[in-house]
Amino acid sequence: MSPRPGFVLDVDRSTPPTLFWHGERFRLERLPEGSRVIYAPEPVEALSDPSTAIRHALLHPLGDKDPLPALLRPGMRLTIAFDDISLPLPPMERPDIRQLVIEQVLDLAAAAGVDDVELIVALALHRRMTEAELRHALGDRIYDAFAPNGLLSQHDAEDADALTYIGQTDHGEDVEINRRAAESDLLVYVNINLVAMDGGHKSVATGLSSYRSLRHHHNPETMQKSRSFMDQHRSELHTSNWRMGRLIAESGIDIFQIETNLNTDTFPSQFAFLQKREWEWSARDRFSFLGVSKVLDRTPSKVARNIFHTVKAPHRMTAVQAGEVEAVHAVTTQNVWDQQGVVVEGQTDILTMGLPYISPYNVNSILNPILVACLGLGYFFNLYRNKPLVREGGVLIMSHPTAWEFNPVHHPSYIDFFEQVLSETTDPGELSKHYEEAYATDPWYVHLYRTGHAYHGVHPFYMWYWCAHALQHLGAVIVVGGDPAAVRRLGFRPASTMADALELAKDVVGPSPTLTHLHAPPILMADVQ
Amino acid sequence: MKALVFERNLPRFAASRVASIFGSGRGAGIGPLQLLDADPPDLPGAHWHRLDPLLSGICGSDLATLDGRSSRYFEDIVSFPFVPGHEVVGVLPDGGTARDGSVLAPGSRAVLEPVLGCAPRAIEPHCPACAAGATNDCANLAFGALAPGLQTGFCTDTGGGWSTAGLVAHASQLTAVPDDFSDEAAVIVEPAACGVHAALAGGITPGDTVAVLGAGTLGLATVAALHHLVRPTSPCTVVVGARYPHQRQLAERLGADTVVPPAQLARAVRHATGSLVVAGRLAGGADVVFDCVGSAESLTQALAMVRPRGRVVLVGMPGKVSVDLAPLWHREIALVGAYTYGVEHHGAHGDRAAHGDTDDGRRTFDLALDLVRDADLGSLVSATYPLDRYEEAIAHAGSAGRRGAVKVAFDLRNRKGRTR
Repeated sequence: MSPRPGFVLDVDRSTPPTLFWHGERFRLERLPEGSRVIYAPEPVEALSDPSTAIRHALLHPLGDKDPLPALLRPGMRLTIAFDDISLPLPPMERPDIRQLVIEQVLDLAAAAGVDDVELIVALALHRRMTEAELRHALGDRIYDAFAPNGLLSQHDAEDADALTYIGQTDHGEDVEINRRAAESDLLVYVNINLVAMDGGHKSVATGLSSYRSLRHHHNPETMQKSRSFMDQHRSELHTSNWRMGRLIAESGIDIFQIETNLNTDTFPSQFAFLQKREWEWSARDRFSFLGVSKVLDRTPSKVARNIFHTVKAPHRMTAVQAGEVEAVHAVTTQNVWDQQGVVVEGQTDILTMGLPYISPYNVNSILNPILVACLGLGYFFNLYRNKPLVREGGVLIMSHPTAWEFNPVHHPSYIDFFEQVLSETTDPGELSKHYEEAYATDPWYVHLYRTGHAYHGVHPFYMWYWCAHALQHLGAVIVVGGDPAAVRRLGFRPASTMADALELAKDVVGPSPTLTHLHAPPILMADVQ
Repeated sequence: MKALVFERNLPRFAASRVASIFGSGRGAGIGPLQLLDADPPDLPGAHWHRLDPLLSGICGSDLATLDGRSSRYFEDIVSFPFVPGHEVVGVLPDGGTARDGSVLAPGSRAVLEPVLGCAPRAIEPHCPACAAGATNDCANLAFGALAPGLQTGFCTDTGGGWSTAGLVAHASQLTAVPDDFSDEAAVIVEPAACGVHAALAGGITPGDTVAVLGAGTLGLATVAALHHLVRPTSPCTVVVGARYPHQRQLAERLGADTVVPPAQLARAVRHATGSLVVAGRLAGGADVVFDCVGSAESLTQALAMVRPRGRVVLVGMPGKVSVDLAPLWHREIALVGAYTYGVEHHGAHGDRAAHGDTDDGRRTFDLALDLVRDADLGSLVSATYPLDRYEEAIAHAGSAGRRGAVKVAFDLRNRKGRTR
């Protein structure tokens, strides 16, 4: 039986309460009659034999590209770069897709007599992965074969000696990427595609680049012109990355892109109710929900967080394609939309969403207030094509505890950004102009990024820039159940209950507003007609 | 006429100390301080004048004394019983002469420079410090014609500001109050002078990053002095750690570049200076740190955020504290005190408060008068109380920050107590 597509429910008197994520907890909210709830499509069927599919993709590349074995020869320099800890979400059960793909690439390289092989984590300005995280992504066999010999490295965007300047695009954008990748005879990039903006030229042009390059598209102007990030035809972020990617290709760097799609099978069986529509919950689902909720409600946040971060997603690969970057990505993007797309008629006055405990930037960490903003306004708000789900001047209501809490190891510059920068201004343009450079070049942040497990000093700015389009578009942002002080620091309005939030929203959008709830995760993309 | 009299009474002293565990100033009613009938003190000699207080502030050092927390170091340079109150603006019922020799008509207002140096003590010749105008460093605080006492307000012979009976002041202690000054502005001149002296003791050079720990009266006065007196010749970045919202607002108004809660100060300094961090302390740090609190915690914090060979200026009055001085030794940090006021030479970069110099310096009090006017420091007076409500007044002063206040003062103008 084929999976059911996404669904837009019209709430009526018989509709059961709607489940909202609330960080490490859940809330059940009874939405007003006439509201809409958008549900993700059911997970599409996974590949029955991923290994065979991977091998097939490597031997039958898309676009103007030879099969991978034909690109491999003795004496060549081969570099395999791969996506970092930010993908997928939550981290997937073993074996990770990266392991499955890279094992096959290595098998082919060995068969071709390639000795000079290095692996690079394409982390851009993200934090370095821990050994445990690398072992999870690559498997112990690969890790043990490469890491002890220094052949597994994490891209260092602050190591000038390890960067190569490629040149400038016709828009004046500097392109600088990892030297080893640039000087290799072949660069194989292994991607996991969770949302439509992942992959493509962004893999190398962003993942292996430096602040010098990133600042050209990770800025408020680009973000405000990306409507949305998920719609590559209307995304300035996408366009800039494509210009850079094409320059990289023109410079002679040979890239063999491998992209994979995942289904939306996001949560393990004990959380099966999260994958279902509330009115279809079985007795077992209700029992699970009650049990999990009660336990979480009585569990300290830190413990609950740790519990959730042990959750591994049962994601399954639905497609794998390899070859020339743009040809590959066109297929990948279509697959994403086939899995995640939901047609929605018209915009809404109020968009509600429950934010979970995890975003791309807090795996095994804390979803601090800046990441809360980024997850809601940067990611969930942008899960659309054509038009935003909420009308211009409308209200976004997010449910999340939004604790004034940071992980000092992972997010040191976030703390200063939150305490010093956001206390001065929340305007993306203003804070970019006055503070970005200092944070980006701060030697302490650079030190922590290079030697610890810290996100780069400029990273909180980027998180705030992700919000720029939403901040420009929305009339107000309300956070239900958040720490009022932290919420206000973000420039948002706190509300203790959903009812209070709706009353506050009416002050902005008027009485009798329309309301739409984005029931995610699992992730969905709204195709707003 | 009444005066608040502080007597040497060990049981009451102990009771006060116990009560202060529950908050500074809580032991005023059971401590050594009592409201008694009092007569005006006798004039000790020539060049002495009667001064009837109009307003008299409650200082951190007063609170430390009342709480039994002040150092035993002071025992031999105070004399009992004494009437506290050294932040005083008063009126001269019989007129007098001011420090600069000008004649003050009867009814004139004057602010008191309370330090009791060689001149009030009729000691000739003056000690080298007093001869240079640095009366705060007088070597004769326990000698001469007066009983021991480092300041008016701690000397049994002079009386103090917390009194309707008045006090006596030597001409060298009097500065005329400009007509455009309110009483509130005038009473803040003394703590403002402390801030001026501290700011100029920092030895700040152009481009320095300066941290100020604490934003009570002294901290705010220091910030204002940095802005108005230091920055014109030595532009510097001023980062302030202030605990309460109103303190943060005032610090910003008075010229701080960055104001953060105290727990965030080290991070703010680190960010401003681009320092690295080693074991919780800054590898680099601020060029100068003003500790306007004076506790073990604040001093430890100051040592952790000042750069090697930097300077920590101790502005708040400390007691006996336990501090790890390893960083001071290892990083060659200069720890200097900044006590009250004297003569300042601040025209050139790097000048220090002039101790022993006699060139073109200005009295700190004169600089403070300008500062109070320029920075509107009179607005720091948050509440005034009549003398008979001294317990409330002292409790208010002891919890000033928490209660949104800065300076609490006694109002001796025979008006009903008020708060604002």
